Amino acid sequence: MFRPRPEARPATVSVLVEGRAVAVPEGASAAAAMLLAGLIATRESAVSGAPRGPLCLMGVCFDCLAEIDGVPNRQACMVPVAPGMRILRQRGAREALR
Amino acid sequence: MTRRDLAVIGAGPAGMGAAIEARARGLSVLVLDENAGPGGQVFRAALACGRDPAVAPEIAPGLPLIEAFLACGAEYRPATTLWHLDPEEGVLSLVSGGVATEVAARRVVLATGAQERPVPIPGWTLPGVMGAGAAQIMLKTAGAVPAGRTVLAGQGPLVWLLAVQLARAGAPPLVLETRTVSIASALARAGGGLLAGRRMLAKGLALMAEARRLGVRVVAGVRGLRAEGAGRVERVAWEGGGAPCDTLLLHEGVIPSVHVSRAIGLDHAWDAAQACWRPVTDAFGATSCPRVAVAGDGAGIGGWEAALAAGRLAGLDAARRLGALDEAGFAAAAAGPLAARRAALALRPFLDALYAPPAAILSPHDETIACRCEEVTAGAIRRAARIGATGPNQMKAYLRCGMGPCQGRLCGPTVAALIAEARGIAPEAVPPLRPRAPYKPITVGALAATAAPAQQGVA
Repeated sequence: MFRPRPEARPATVSVLVEGRAVAVPEGASAAAAMLLAGLIATRESAVSGAPRGPLCLMGVCFDCLAEIDGVPNRQACMVPVAPGMRILRQRGAREALR
Repeated sequence: MTRRDLAVIGAGPAGMGAAIEARARGLSVLVLDENAGPGGQVFRAALACGRDPAVAPEIAPGLPLIEAFLACGAEYRPATTLWHLDPEEGVLSLVSGGVATEVAARRVVLATGAQERPVPIPGWTLPGVMGAGAAQIMLKTAGAVPAGRTVLAGQGPLVWLLAVQLARAGAPPLVLETRTVSIASALARAGGGLLAGRRMLAKGLALMAEARRLGVRVVAGVRGLRAEGAGRVERVAWEGGGAPCDTLLLHEGVIPSVHVSRAIGLDHAWDAAQACWRPVTDAFGATSCPRVAVAGDGAGIGGWEAALAAGRLAGLDAARRLGALDEAGFAAAAAGPLAARRAALALRPFLDALYAPPAAILSPHDETIACRCEEVTAGAIRRAARIGATGPNQMKAYLRCGMGPCQGRLCGPTVAALIAEARGIAPEAVPPLRPRAPYKPITVGALAATAAPAQQGVA
């Protein structure tokens, strides 16, 4: 979990993380928004459904996969936030196929 | 199809340097980058975070470089992903904003930089365990710091830099240093560079002093690190110690991102000092493919100053090869960057020796997950290697590792090291993982959107 430092970077962009409005600084990624929203586990792994969070935040690990504006399995760390963006945790294959 | 003299992949120091030099010699230049702004990892979000006192001193040198890049006249496409490169024809397949396009280039410079070396310790898949680079990205892009008790474990220059930056931001971590090599033995192996590298050395020592002044607590000689917790990291433990932990940040140095250079089949050489593969290049970045150069950390880790110099050299070499710069002009222009790179790399042998990754990181315990995507343990990989999986490409068929969404970016080095260990061969004797296009996932919709106008054009 991360805490913002509004004195350094004011939160000016409002997004919806799991349906809850969160304000984050401009230029933050959707993955950063999830962490700032208080999520620690941001997805379930595809094989075992284990909770996972972002590892690298630089487009390498794919552990920040999320559903963004209705498109699943996006690398949330590579998607900058936009006003009103809807970000959902990526559910594991077993759950998604139900 | 758009045509350019030079296409540069990556807008970090190397890519910006290549673009600036090529533009100054009149080449038409396209620079594409997956990120939303220029700067690479080192100067990520520089324009947004340049006044944040937590990171400002280290961001400052990037600002004039970014300014020069944005003014150089290169076409710059941020948020654009290369998903295929045809090195023979020089055709780049790109996707941006859900739309796929193609660009043809007479010369291509890969400036795709580095990634953090995977640190497969027990429990590293628990939420709350991240790379040190990830925390720095949170700081640069969002001004945010880990909440609660933060442990920063590993070794290398970035550990000290991040410890200082987090401390400046009011969140000093507990540092667990995993270094196994003594300063004396690193000096014995690579002492020669200390004088030439004294400016870098002074910077490093100043960072370590600042860390201590800001109250960063350091535990040295940490072995057997593991992350523990139910559903998230709650505690770290090591031989003879432990600490409560809300966020664990891992770092064992960085390695070149060879995903694209491997996919297009460039020759690579094993870098024993850094325990990684690097594309084979000449002094100006030229590779085994006549059209393609590699510049910066993607050709071997040297840091941003060496990367900038290498990028400039690759840009000049592109101008020479395309007839925009004669030999005399090239020699005159290359002298500066060549000297700058020599100076920037002087300390590197010492750093490589001092921060050599511990064996336990390269070949983790049997129970530890090596492939995060497909959740394959080191033990399963060892067993498959013993019964006949000769390389990472074969390992895909045995266990699926390397077939998940990261396409082997993260597990590749570990899988290869485990195969080498299980089969009793040198790491460089393990055949390399061959990544395939699309280098990053692309939707069918994006592909279809490209095909339509092309067909209309034919009709």
